[in-house]
Amino acid sequence: MATPVLTSTDALRDAVSTPAALRRFLHGLPGVDQVGCEARVATLSSRSIKTTSKQWALDLAISMIDLTTLEGQDTLGKVRALCAKGRRPDPADPTCPPVAAICVYPDMVVTAKEGLDGSGVQVASVATAFPSGRATLDIKLQDTRAAVADGADEIDMVIDRGAFLSGSYQQVFDEIVAVKQACGRPGGDSAHLKVIMETGELATYDNVRRASWLSMLAGADFIKTSTGKVQPAATMPVTLIMLEAVRDFREATGRMVGVKPAGGISTAKDAIKYLVMVNETAGDDWLDPHWFRFGASRLLNDLLMQRTKMTTGRYSGPDYFTLD
Amino acid sequence: MVWRPTLQSESRLDVRKTYKLYVGGAFPRSESGRSYVVHDSRGRFLANAAAASRKDARDAVQAARKAFGGWSGATAYNRGQVLYRVAEVMEGRHDQFVEEVAASEGITRPRAQRSVSAAIDRLVWYAGWADKLAQVVGATNPVAGPYFDFSVPEPTGVVAVLAPQKSSLLGLVSVVAPVVVSGNTAVVASSRDRPLPAITLCEVLATSDVPGGVVNMLTGSLADTAPTLASHMDVNAIDLTGAAGDDEHATALEVAAVDNLKRVLRAPASEPDWTQSPGLDRMRRFLEMKTVWHPIGV
Repeated sequence: MATPVLTSTDALRDAVSTPAALRRFLHGLPGVDQVGCEARVATLSSRSIKTTSKQWALDLAISMIDLTTLEGQDTLGKVRALCAKGRRPDPADPTCPPVAAICVYPDMVVTAKEGLDGSGVQVASVATAFPSGRATLDIKLQDTRAAVADGADEIDMVIDRGAFLSGSYQQVFDEIVAVKQACGRPGGDSAHLKVIMETGELATYDNVRRASWLSMLAGADFIKTSTGKVQPAATMPVTLIMLEAVRDFREATGRMVGVKPAGGISTAKDAIKYLVMVNETAGDDWLDPHWFRFGASRLLNDLLMQRTKMTTGRYSGPDYFTLD
Repeated sequence: MVWRPTLQSESRLDVRKTYKLYVGGAFPRSESGRSYVVHDSRGRFLANAAAASRKDARDAVQAARKAFGGWSGATAYNRGQVLYRVAEVMEGRHDQFVEEVAASEGITRPRAQRSVSAAIDRLVWYAGWADKLAQVVGATNPVAGPYFDFSVPEPTGVVAVLAPQKSSLLGLVSVVAPVVVSGNTAVVASSRDRPLPAITLCEVLATSDVPGGVVNMLTGSLADTAPTLASHMDVNAIDLTGAAGDDEHATALEVAAVDNLKRVLRAPASEPDWTQSPGLDRMRRFLEMKTVWHPIGV
């Protein structure tokens, strides 16, 4: 597949020097071969992962989950329950790893932080007027600062898709830079920034590639497919393009950026397909919860059921796992 | 010489039916890709049938679970209507069933005809019970307190049915109808050696308003599917009729069914005479009684 031929850091420095240069750079990225991309995904999806490899993949997938609840009807109790589940997904089996993070709305960060105290599980908070991102910049920044002040370890921001689609790349870039600054903590460190591109609204694969590079150039620690509120959410071709982008970005700059597909991944089978794709595209450096995450709520139960099937030999059912 | 196509060309190729599984309202091949040869009673080739695997059993349970909400939530009257519709559509395929039953069971056409008619009548009989079962097995209970106390039957859930090995249609209908009439959904393992009437029955179900997933049919050896069904934690009950005569296998299945306390209908010593009047027992087996204490006089 065509990949960007951009290895010089100078070229990247030039790219962010003026709005016109940024546009030139983004539109100079090679176009995505849609047919080739989808064919590649189909090939990778046909791999068969069995026995000990499957066991390993299931545990890895569990440890990569950002267990998410982003509903208007969220209550403190629901967030507490989710935290308890994230700490110990399978109460019957202490060997089951905890999830990577709990992902909530900003006003739930304090509750999630309490619920996860001492567990090592991170608290991720969406911010910047999630999911639409339609608010003024100062409100978005305030939203972010409040979440960070409450103790969020990770911030999931949304880009301004309207600005992106109308070609105002510099505006999107500046906004990400500003939010990245707002993620800073008094001590000098800063909350991890995940940039949600909402690929379902970007219309073309070329745009996905451009938005990936734009986000990475602006300082994203993670690039994330979707809010989960728009269909289609995460798809394999889109994630493939993003994985290629982070791979090429590391080659060009030496900086590693994580990838998070979110929304619509609900079965263990799908999760394992994504892991195969990560390994074959970005490489096994990314097979780590620090660099690859699943944004999901239903996925965990299916992974647990498959895990139980591997350990007990009998198929499990949804009656034996908490509904969340 | 000019080749002229004719309607009754001698050289017309046979259009043979591929017998497949029935899962979630669709007719998939086995996930394993395996099939096996079905012979008639004299050992002649009849057809190839799909050999269901463990994964097919798992998929079927998933489909049955998915269908359970809608089917158990439908009114009893509606379920009765749907089952009656199944009988109507079976009637239209009477000849096809007779042919398959005669070939499979090695019986004469008149006997096969009686057997198919009995199967259709059996279905009508069970259809009639749909909206009468609650009155007969339910109750209002006299209690010492100001309560209106009543018990109503509710379906058990997903029921695995090991269909009889010998009676390919009458026996099959006699074990499936009592399960689904009360709102359960069924995963049926058909007779291994006589699966053709079972698949044809599924074609009838698929075209007679039975929602997909209410009945799922797995053809092939019980050794492949039954242990999975018996140990599956999302199956609520199992009917071991198809394991009749094989005590060792039946016992192993009962043991496997213990983990989630499935309701088990034990395998009989030998296959019962399906022409006898069935009674309510099979329907009762797959019901749960819900008792409600409703305060009165306040």
